[in-house]
Amino acid sequence: MPRSTEIVGEKTNSTGLIIHRIIAYVVLVLLVVVSLFPFYLLIINATRGRSQAGIRWYPDHFLATNFKNLFSGSTAVAYGSVWRSLANSLFISACASLLSVYFSALTAYATHVYQFKLRKFADMFILIVMMVPTQASAIGFYQFMNKLGWTDTYIPLIIPAVAAPATYYFMKQYMASALPLEIVEAARIDGCGEFKTFNKIVTPILKPAFAVQIIFTFVTNWNNYFMPRLILTSKSKYTIPLVLNAMRYAGPQEKDVGMFSLYIVLAILPVVIVYLCLSKFIIRGVALGSVKG
Amino acid sequence: MKRKSISYAKWGYIFLIPFFVVYIIFSLYPLFQTFYYSFTDYVKDQGSIGGGWTRQAVEVTPTFCGFDNYSTIFTSGSDLLQSFWNTIIMWIVGFIPQIVISLILAVWFTDLRLKIKAQGFFKAVIYLPNVIMASAFAFLFYSLFSRGGAIYDLIKVPLLESVWGSRGVVGLINFILWYGNTTILLMAAIMGVDTSLYESAQIDGATSSQTFWKITIPLIKPIMSYVLVTSLIGGLQMYDVPALLTKDMGSPNGKLKTVVMIIQANKQGDIGKASALCVIIFIVSAIIGLALMFASADHDGKKKKKKRG
Repeated sequence: MPRSTEIVGEKTNSTGLIIHRIIAYVVLVLLVVVSLFPFYLLIINATRGRSQAGIRWYPDHFLATNFKNLFSGSTAVAYGSVWRSLANSLFISACASLLSVYFSALTAYATHVYQFKLRKFADMFILIVMMVPTQASAIGFYQFMNKLGWTDTYIPLIIPAVAAPATYYFMKQYMASALPLEIVEAARIDGCGEFKTFNKIVTPILKPAFAVQIIFTFVTNWNNYFMPRLILTSKSKYTIPLVLNAMRYAGPQEKDVGMFSLYIVLAILPVVIVYLCLSKFIIRGVALGSVKG
Repeated sequence: MKRKSISYAKWGYIFLIPFFVVYIIFSLYPLFQTFYYSFTDYVKDQGSIGGGWTRQAVEVTPTFCGFDNYSTIFTSGSDLLQSFWNTIIMWIVGFIPQIVISLILAVWFTDLRLKIKAQGFFKAVIYLPNVIMASAFAFLFYSLFSRGGAIYDLIKVPLLESVWGSRGVVGLINFILWYGNTTILLMAAIMGVDTSLYESAQIDGATSSQTFWKITIPLIKPIMSYVLVTSLIGGLQMYDVPALLTKDMGSPNGKLKTVVMIIQANKQGDIGKASALCVIIFIVSAIIGLALMFASADHDGKKKKKKRG
């Protein structure tokens, strides 16, 4: 085990340092391999046929066949339509992330700008409920949605995004550093209404925070399995993870590993592309989010 | 002027309405309902176990049964109790390598003498799995580790057929998903440490391991406990990976069945007991969450006292 402990101290021992550096790079490269190897195999498998015995290191020629099978009618009947699942996931994630950033910003604006009696209380309340896991209310949630006739609809998957405590806190922190109250005052003097001030003057200032949080909320919803599984039952409404689950249940006869792998590739591709373009900002966002910890 | 500020206060309340209305309908009321159900013997019979063949649910009106659900859960040898152990064990299997590797990486990345090149690339790669669908990972790892899969072909051991093998695979997936995130959090913490501390340690002739254990670790303790607590609360909710990996069965022998898998399976079944499980998740999360809050408040308090002194 290498000593991970050379920080800044200690007189420079150049051979020791070089050895240390070599060990660090070896471990890092190893971790890169561990992280990327599954994706590599996935892509290779997506070009292979139905049943795949053993490992294969380079692509096969079944990609076109897999594509055809994946978008065929029988696949849609068995597991839920692939097109629809992509569209459904896109719709839910897009709506949820937009609602989440807008209303979180509005809520944060309320406790940031206005002085009112329950201000501290509201702020504390949201901080505390941030720690309540969604699973803790799952049964009551399901039963209540059932009673309202909202199971197997997208309402319980989209509307709760309006109340997102973590996004609220991010917005609040951002406002503390980037939204001087003088701007709001100036807008008031110019006769701008409160709601209009928020929409026309404040939201443009918050754009960077919106971008970060839209990405995070979108990805969370895109990847979410628990909630859609709890709420949705009809195949036409399935999101991507539900179709994946249906595929996991395929019997040995129907199993088409090549096609399934291709579906996983399509399922993660949008997120991977966005991530590759914006990884710098995303990673910075993660580090920023930890400041409150 | 005074009157004006009063009229502005009204807008504070108005802007809070959407959040609180939605929160009450979709979270708070369901939470109270869950607490209520956990004290009743509310069971919906879906006709047959595992299939839900009939859409017609035979419904029993919930009657109060006190702490019966809880005492059933805490009977030794119950499946429900077992599910807690399963969840915790799988969390530990993933968490220990995660915290160790992340700590090592964070120290390396921030080491000024080591000067790791291409940090942006390494960070981007190790964080990548965190944005990927956990269920996709589970599906993929199933096809890699099951008989005939690529990894099975390399190691020739049917890992997914043994309890510890499959728990290990779940731990491995959780490790891959989360170590990048933890590394970045720990890095942010280490970079927040005042560099003059390291400089003076160097002047005083401290060895590198002394610097690590006596400066780095104590100063990043708050973030370490934050990582521990959020990971544990997240771990309690473990669902996607074992559910996809085992087709909701928690096989082998139900040793991979997590608490949330049971809750999900009983949303229309044994509602009373499932609710009790929800409540236990709530209570445990609340206790460790509050412990973290008090610990960090205590920490801040000490800091302030020091400043005053």
